[in-house]
Amino acid sequence: MSLLQCKDVSMGYEGKTMLQNINFQVNEGDYLCIVGENGSGKSTLLKGLLRLKSLAGGEIILGDGLLQKEIGYLPQRLPSQKNFPASVYEIVLSGRLNQLGWRPFYTKEDKRIVRERMEWMGIWHLKKESFSVLSGGQQQRVMLARALCATSKLLVLDEPVTGLDPIVTKEMYDLILRINREQNITIIMVSHDTKASMEQATHILHLGKEQLFFGTCEQYENSEIGKKFLKEGA
Amino acid sequence: MFQILQEMISYSFLTRALVVGSLVSLCAALLGVTLVLKKYAMIGDGLSHVGFGALAVASALNMQPLYVTIPVVVIAAFFLLRISENSAIKGDSAIALISSGSLAIGVVVASVNGTNTDLSNYLFGSILSVSKKDEIICIAVSIVVVLIYILFYHRIFAITFDENFAKATGLHTQAYNVVIAALTAITIVLGMRLMGTLLISSLIIFPSLSAMRVFKHFHFVVIGAAVCSVLCFFAGMTASYCYELPSGASVVLVNMFALAVCAVVGSIINRLKKH
Repeated sequence: MSLLQCKDVSMGYEGKTMLQNINFQVNEGDYLCIVGENGSGKSTLLKGLLRLKSLAGGEIILGDGLLQKEIGYLPQRLPSQKNFPASVYEIVLSGRLNQLGWRPFYTKEDKRIVRERMEWMGIWHLKKESFSVLSGGQQQRVMLARALCATSKLLVLDEPVTGLDPIVTKEMYDLILRINREQNITIIMVSHDTKASMEQATHILHLGKEQLFFGTCEQYENSEIGKKFLKEGA
Repeated sequence: MFQILQEMISYSFLTRALVVGSLVSLCAALLGVTLVLKKYAMIGDGLSHVGFGALAVASALNMQPLYVTIPVVVIAAFFLLRISENSAIKGDSAIALISSGSLAIGVVVASVNGTNTDLSNYLFGSILSVSKKDEIICIAVSIVVVLIYILFYHRIFAITFDENFAKATGLHTQAYNVVIAALTAITIVLGMRLMGTLLISSLIIFPSLSAMRVFKHFHFVVIGAAVCSVLCFFAGMTASYCYELPSGASVVLVNMFALAVCAVVGSIINRLKKH
């Protein structure tokens, strides 16, 4: 049983089909990169996986006891959040939202996990800082810690390095790889950066309004479409 | 100061105005933090104008104003929320259309009805307008708002900061938005006749902006806005009583002053932190 499986998924917007014939599966410990040009439906597919948008057809099956609400999500950076008056700790704590159930407040266990995840990300010393004074890289670490608070199985990342400088980008990629290897958390990442994707990921899903390729990185390198796309990117 | 307050509460209509006004200030400030941060502040302004139209129609038909105004404004709140969620730019003009449209309906109905003298009371508020019934409803609503805010504080924070993330973790964000809009609508209706339809939205916007100048943590912003709002209301009412100024406008002026002070304090704190 795979962690997540898409069967004949299609998605649309106001009657127009944006994505169709999506068939792939992700197993525990995989690192899947979703690549493709702008407007190829990468972000749309992520929204479908997270149930932020409904599917036009097909189904997404979760396995291995993964609950829908237990997917950790790192959204694209919003400009409106940059100056939001909140402390780092408040933001990371909100990652435990899916554990609240009917309780109005967080428990000691929630706070222990928040501390643990913040230490993984190396941001525990920033807990009292205001989010708005942090650098772009630090802000992304905060958002990653929040996503990790929501899950122990699957992280979904939507272009996590957009707008970061090369050194911070590298740090961010290393961090994501470490989460994948050391914590055995499965990763699904949408990325513009094909080169980095090939270095990091175990599997590639190439979209262009429909599924153009799905397989391991080696298979992708040897495929027609992979050769063409990788050459363009280089 | 204490003596003046004692003098003020010896008039029963003034006591009522103080109770209703401070509770409305408190609720408006709490809701305002979320509305301002979600960029929904204009909804508050739009709702007060809708409230004016509904109020004018209600008094023309000789109906209990609250019974007409509350449902109409709550419905308008759902509607405005829908519009602003669908598209940001169109939503902006739609709110302006609804605001000026309702204002026009209110003015025409009020003048046809021959109650021209009340018009300025509606627009700029009057402390004589608060009835015993308003006071009871206001206390009940305030308790509900404060309770909801405390019990759902963490969820409200999550929705305000990042609605998509909250939704992905299984929260029914749409339902929370609707609740916040409905509570805002009721708060506006309750405060409208006291503060004036043209001035009530300031209670939503000023305190949270002031608090955000000084505080950078969400829970401090919320508490700061609530305290600032209630203090400004009392200061405004006291000034209005002592110098015979219009009450709603005095409260807004005090809020403006508070914002200026907070902006200065905030920039001093920032400078100190940099050194």
